[in-house]
Amino acid sequence: MFGWEFPPHITGGLGTACYGLTKGLSRYKDVDVTFVVPKAYGDEDQSSARIIGADGVHIKERTFTFSDFLRKMKMIEVESLLVPYLTPEEFEKSFETLSEKEIGVSLQTRVRGRLRFTGTYGKNLFQEISNYALVATVLAHEHHFDIIHAHDWLTYPAALAAKAVSGKPLVVHVHATDFDRSGGSVNPSVYEIERKGMEAADKVITVSNLTRETVIQKYGIPPEKVITIYNAVDPLTEEERAREKKGIQEKIVTFLGRITLQKGPEYFIEAANKVLQRMDNVRFVMAGSGDMLHRMIRRAARLRIVDRFHFTGFLRGDDVQKMFSLSDVYVMPSVSEPFGISPLEAMQSSVPVIISYQSGVSEVLKYAIKVNFWDVDAMADAIYGILNYDALSDFFKKYGKEEVLQMKWENSAGKLREVYKSLCR
Amino acid sequence: MKTICLYFQVHQPFRFRRYRFFDIGHDHYYYDDYSNESILHKVAQKCYLPANTILYNLIKEYGSRFKVSFSISGTAIDQFRLYAPEVLESFKKLAKTGYVEFLAETYAHSLSSLINREEFEAQVTKHRETIKEIFGQTPTVFRNTELVYSDEIGAMIADMGFKTVVTEGAKHILGWKSPNYVYCNAINPRLKVLLRNFKLSDDISFRFSNKSWNEYPLTADKYVAWLNALDKKEQTVNIFMDYETFGEHQDQNTGIFEFLKALPRAVFSRSSYHFATPSDVADRHQPIAAISALHPISWADEERDISAWLGNELQQAAFNKLYSLRQLVLKSNEAQIWEDWKNLQTADHFYYMSTKVLSDGEVHKYFNPYDSPYDAFINYMNILSDFEIRLKQEHKMPSDPAYLMKLLEEKERIIEDLSKQIPPNISSKTPSKTLKTKTMKKEATKAKKEQVAPAEKNAKTAEKAPAKKTVKKTTAKKTAAKKATAKPAAKKTTAKKTAKKTTAKKAAPKKTAAKKTTAKKTAKPAAKKAVAKKAAPKKAAAKK
Repeated sequence: MFGWEFPPHITGGLGTACYGLTKGLSRYKDVDVTFVVPKAYGDEDQSSARIIGADGVHIKERTFTFSDFLRKMKMIEVESLLVPYLTPEEFEKSFETLSEKEIGVSLQTRVRGRLRFTGTYGKNLFQEISNYALVATVLAHEHHFDIIHAHDWLTYPAALAAKAVSGKPLVVHVHATDFDRSGGSVNPSVYEIERKGMEAADKVITVSNLTRETVIQKYGIPPEKVITIYNAVDPLTEEERAREKKGIQEKIVTFLGRITLQKGPEYFIEAANKVLQRMDNVRFVMAGSGDMLHRMIRRAARLRIVDRFHFTGFLRGDDVQKMFSLSDVYVMPSVSEPFGISPLEAMQSSVPVIISYQSGVSEVLKYAIKVNFWDVDAMADAIYGILNYDALSDFFKKYGKEEVLQMKWENSAGKLREVYKSLCR
Repeated sequence: MKTICLYFQVHQPFRFRRYRFFDIGHDHYYYDDYSNESILHKVAQKCYLPANTILYNLIKEYGSRFKVSFSISGTAIDQFRLYAPEVLESFKKLAKTGYVEFLAETYAHSLSSLINREEFEAQVTKHRETIKEIFGQTPTVFRNTELVYSDEIGAMIADMGFKTVVTEGAKHILGWKSPNYVYCNAINPRLKVLLRNFKLSDDISFRFSNKSWNEYPLTADKYVAWLNALDKKEQTVNIFMDYETFGEHQDQNTGIFEFLKALPRAVFSRSSYHFATPSDVADRHQPIAAISALHPISWADEERDISAWLGNELQQAAFNKLYSLRQLVLKSNEAQIWEDWKNLQTADHFYYMSTKVLSDGEVHKYFNPYDSPYDAFINYMNILSDFEIRLKQEHKMPSDPAYLMKLLEEKERIIEDLSKQIPPNISSKTPSKTLKTKTMKKEATKAKKEQVAPAEKNAKTAEKAPAKKTVKKTTAKKTAAKKATAKPAAKKTTAKKTAKKTTAKKAAPKKTAAKKTTAKKTAKPAAKKAVAKKAAPKKAAAKK
């Protein structure tokens, strides 16, 4: 498997999903997973998969036969700021260094022929991607495997390289497309990588039917090749279950995610404003960071609701769980969400959720209120309803939790295993 | 003699508009006039009018040999009066033939039988009176909303003087028994129970146009062959269904009307069955056994229970909340409150909140204007919140200044009348006019509280007022006592008068409220037209 991140070093749902899948697969004795990330930190959970960091791979051979794909990759010039998955630190930094242009690809090998990787999503992203692909060819020579499985576009070049070397079947896993991330203004280079990866793949796995449609419609992939396997959620540990006591009597409504166009934060603010006009004992929290954060703060200030509308910045690890346990309602107003694991995490913590119809998770959830992301009135009404009508919140707490307990990574992994089996024959 | 009993249910709910929480406390108009009117017109054109014509012609043709029965919910009657009086006329025409029986039910098509006996009885009485008034016959057969029935409900109905009840021939209460006999209530054996043959009923109402059904297409001859195939000893076949089956649930293109037209002839020529109304059936046949339903049954879904309306916590919470407001409603004088109270009880609103989407999802979706049960719940609770605010406001103080002024004037008149009755030597010592009005104003603001316990309060205010004026204590007490005794009686008449006035004025505020909603619906230009139309018949009704 090729992935770009693995817990605990994650910035979004991608790493969580990869981890969940490998863990689910580890239940099946006939599947062994080797997981390649650009940079291994050493503290990853290796119980379910062997983690290989591309930065630790020795590059002995220098005579590569690059595929068309890779040649094209090398020509890519990073001019624009790519924002698909930006950590808060990178976000700050990338602003400062945007003016510096890195042109072309030079193999900057460190001692003993190893390539340097950051494993993040910074300005050298395209170079890292192509370097990662180089490593993949090496790995494809050295390791034995039956299936190549690549998670999202960043790893497609690597997977293609591995396929070219080994001739093994390729599974491409679409956790998101650039249509989701960009809100329509697709980066042509990214699109190209995505499309080539999907075309070369023997099977394309999408995380929802919503994404499946995008893959079929926008990338022209034959429908029979595209399979939907829904994501799942890890059950909470006992510690995590211990609920944080609320410091205040007031109700808390939470938005948690990257504050980017894709996640629809502005609709959350507008809905909050409507609710605040009619209710006193409620606070709204926007947790996360992203390129729209400053705009959102200004908007909240202009609406004069900042005394009741709070920004927490990026939340890490335990803080996420804490935030859920403080919440009375969780809102995910995503404009375009291929799946969206976070509502499942909220439901595990007995938090009623409101999700947009424009999310893959809305295809599977029954015990959630669904609204159109742009329908601020409906969203506000749903928030008000859950906060004021106890029957409704009790209903969601009870049945939502039951429902989400049924959504296990095991089941997703089981379906994935079937796909593998069909390719191995 | 074997009988076939055709009974059709006619019902339309008053659907609510999208009522957001920001409307709570501001906008007290709850109805989606556009949907209500357009749906009623559609169903009237597709079903009620053509089906009534067919039935009328069949009765003309076969006379006493062909009989049918109906129950028309109070909300449906209200809607006919508002939007389609011609439908009511066509039902009256059927009633005049003498071969059509009308059954009683709860006026609001409510589930009150499950929670509040008094409310249930009040609604049944109101419906019975309405049927008498319109069709000139007093129902002796009862059918509860959605055929909801239990032993206790049956006993309650028997106590109200009904002789017969119709309900579902649910498998779990029948066991090995057949629905094709007359049974009696398990508590009060004098109440006869007619059970729906759901197989033969659903063959028409659900399966008629189903092309994947192995019996498709269903013809009258085939249907009669099934009737003939039943056990010879069986007494009656009760075919109960939504009247909307004809032309609405089953479109006219499916041939449903032709089936209806052909059925009597097929029955007469090929079988020994006779058409009968529920009272005929009850008169002709003796009950063969008692039938017991410990838990309420209904004709809905696979379970044949009440879970479609009260199956989940949301439905139960909304239902209990609604009926917790009853005491406040009883104290209300506002006609619109009573109107809303009635319409809030309609079972359909709870049906929309059902989360039973797995087994009977299709049927549920068909009848549901909401995207999800949660939507339905939130909308209903928002309306209920506003309704509660109105009830509580009414009891704190009258919100309408015109109403307040009216109360003031009324009171002044009563005081004058009363002071005339007081002997002259005492009346000379009654407070001067200016002072009088002052106290009157005080009273008026307290008017609502007074209605809670008029006798006590009046006595108090009456005592207070003279005390201030340094009148001799003894005389003051006398006047106070007299006032206290005289007032409660006078009060009642005032209350009645004001109630009447508000009903007379009802049409006007409704219209303005309707206008408001239309203004909001500018996206739907058709809605404007609908309201404009609606206003006209209302005016006419007011004139009458």
